[in-house]
Amino acid sequence: MDIYKFPFQIKIDVEAIDRAVRDFAVTFDVVLKMMRNGLNGLLNATQTLLTIIPWWVLVLLVVFLGYKQTGKIKTGIVYGLMLFAIGIVGLWGLMLTTLSIVIASVALSVLMGFPIGLLISTSDRANRWVRPILDTMQTMPVFVYLIPAVLLFGLGKTPAVIATTIYAIVPIIRLTNLGIRQVDSEVVEAAKAFGSTKSQAMMKVQIPQAWPTIMAGVNQTLMMAMAMVVTASMIGAAGLGMEVLISVNRVEVGRGLVSGTAVVLLAILLDRLSQGWTKEKKEDV
Amino acid sequence: MMEKPVIKVENVSKLFGRNHKEAVEMLNKGATKSEVLKETGVTVALWDVNFEVYAGEVFVIIGLSGSGKSTLVRCFNRLNKPTSGSIHYKDQAIEKLTQKELISYRRDNIAMVFQNFGLMSHRNVISNVEYGLEVKNVGKDLRKQKALEMIKMVGLDGVENAPISSLSGGMKQRVGLARALANEPEVLLMDEPFSALDPLVKKDMQFELLSIQRKLNKTIIFITHDINEAFKLGDRVAIMRDGKVIQIDTPEAMITNPADDYVREFIEGADKSKVMSVRQVMITPSCIVKTTDGANRAIVEMRSNNVSSAYIVNEKMEFKGMLTLDGAIKARDTKGKISDYFSDDVITINTDATIGDAMPLAANAKYPIAVLEDNKLKGIITKASLISTLAEN
Repeated sequence: MDIYKFPFQIKIDVEAIDRAVRDFAVTFDVVLKMMRNGLNGLLNATQTLLTIIPWWVLVLLVVFLGYKQTGKIKTGIVYGLMLFAIGIVGLWGLMLTTLSIVIASVALSVLMGFPIGLLISTSDRANRWVRPILDTMQTMPVFVYLIPAVLLFGLGKTPAVIATTIYAIVPIIRLTNLGIRQVDSEVVEAAKAFGSTKSQAMMKVQIPQAWPTIMAGVNQTLMMAMAMVVTASMIGAAGLGMEVLISVNRVEVGRGLVSGTAVVLLAILLDRLSQGWTKEKKEDV
Repeated sequence: MMEKPVIKVENVSKLFGRNHKEAVEMLNKGATKSEVLKETGVTVALWDVNFEVYAGEVFVIIGLSGSGKSTLVRCFNRLNKPTSGSIHYKDQAIEKLTQKELISYRRDNIAMVFQNFGLMSHRNVISNVEYGLEVKNVGKDLRKQKALEMIKMVGLDGVENAPISSLSGGMKQRVGLARALANEPEVLLMDEPFSALDPLVKKDMQFELLSIQRKLNKTIIFITHDINEAFKLGDRVAIMRDGKVIQIDTPEAMITNPADDYVREFIEGADKSKVMSVRQVMITPSCIVKTTDGANRAIVEMRSNNVSSAYIVNEKMEFKGMLTLDGAIKARDTKGKISDYFSDDVITINTDATIGDAMPLAANAKYPIAVLEDNKLKGIITKASLISTLAEN
């Protein structure tokens, strides 16, 4: 017998999986359409809101937020200039599209991820079950999500939001869980000892105490959404990512560099401004 | 004691780990904690603990770390549930309370002060103190008023709006104490509340606690590993080792009559002069003269007892003064009353006083100190008797 060969091989019927997903798409067409419409509504509302705001208001807002968080007007102005730079090279509209996908994905992630994080922080059993799922979500190559997302929701921004949410929801779940579990056990004991109900202890003590960690989770979710949204351009999500993709396909180095830099600037802005939250909260502590 | 206990602990045991049955069998045969752990993997936190705590007393539980004292104190408000046995608060069995009853028991009857304060850092001083009232839905105005009152009582007025992080350790624990008192609990659990504080602050806090206790008269269960603290604060002290209670006694009884070598060793470090009362060292005065006696009689008494001074009492044994031999002779020569020649140099002390209280007095006293109870002469303390008692122990 050849010691380098497996004794036998199982052929996985990958086509059956394809068929199953397709059948699922057909059977649950109504539900999927509803989800699609809902997400579209969310996306359009976000984008409309962003478009209504004149560019200079947004720039000033960023200057103000930057100043408020660091206490230095210089930093605020630098942040404002970064955003201004994106607009001045003609990528303002695309940036808003990207931003709206990120905002929608992060909103969904937080809305779903925060309660899941709370749940697994209170139950070791749920934690044991959810952890491998989270590991899978984080390590599965991102393109693999894109395929079923396209099958179920078609091309465009909606599947992009779904895929981005799946990828970006993990940190908010993990860090909410961690934050709640790391609250000083004596403080939790104190909450119990004074006759708090479980929800009182959670709302009045555990969540506020875990707040900086939870906010760090939101920040991480935001950054991962930003990273994913570029990849998601492969399934037709418009925005800065699409611009990068086009320049790759056409081997246009200059165009790629400009749009790529715009992605980086936007990412840095989102990171710094959202990190400001956590720090502000930490100082209260 | 005839009065009803506030807390009654009966056969309480707490085991951690599986295989309880085997562990219990071993323990019943008298195995030690480490033997049980080795054989069965079960950690014995508490084994067959029994005692009663009465209203208004400060009951101190002392032991080294790992002796089970913190586990035990958490059984009183069911932060821990005993594996077996029963704890009663008045007529309620704590282990049988439903979740709802437990919550209202914790809200109304029992409060706790923690070693590392257990304060909520996202709230300021007053809102920490209000916490217990807040969870039981006391109105905003009332709870603020209550909280301010407690903050004042622990001497923190003026900092009620300060964030917790700005406070020193001693101030933090004052907040912890105020928070516990704001609920007006009958029982106050204190889990090594002063262990994290430096010695001077600790002393202050002990004094503060005693003066608050004098005002409020709570039932306090106090955990510590510091024997001096235990003896200073405790009306009664329970000493624990390896999850078992070895001896429960008043500090004085524990010093004069330790149950075993472990207790003896444990209390070796204690400052006995602060615990033992003057009763332990007083001796019966050999020469007592009544106020109605004449000077001649007094002189005869003193000469026959070979002393140069006599304690004068009335027919009810009430202490009236002291007469020296010189004074008696003067009284005889001038044919006066002995009461005109009493010496003012005599020092008196109450029977409740400790040896520590008597020592500075004795250092300056010309004559032995008179020990009084309700103004009646009970005995005297000589410098020699003080020194020899301290040397003995």
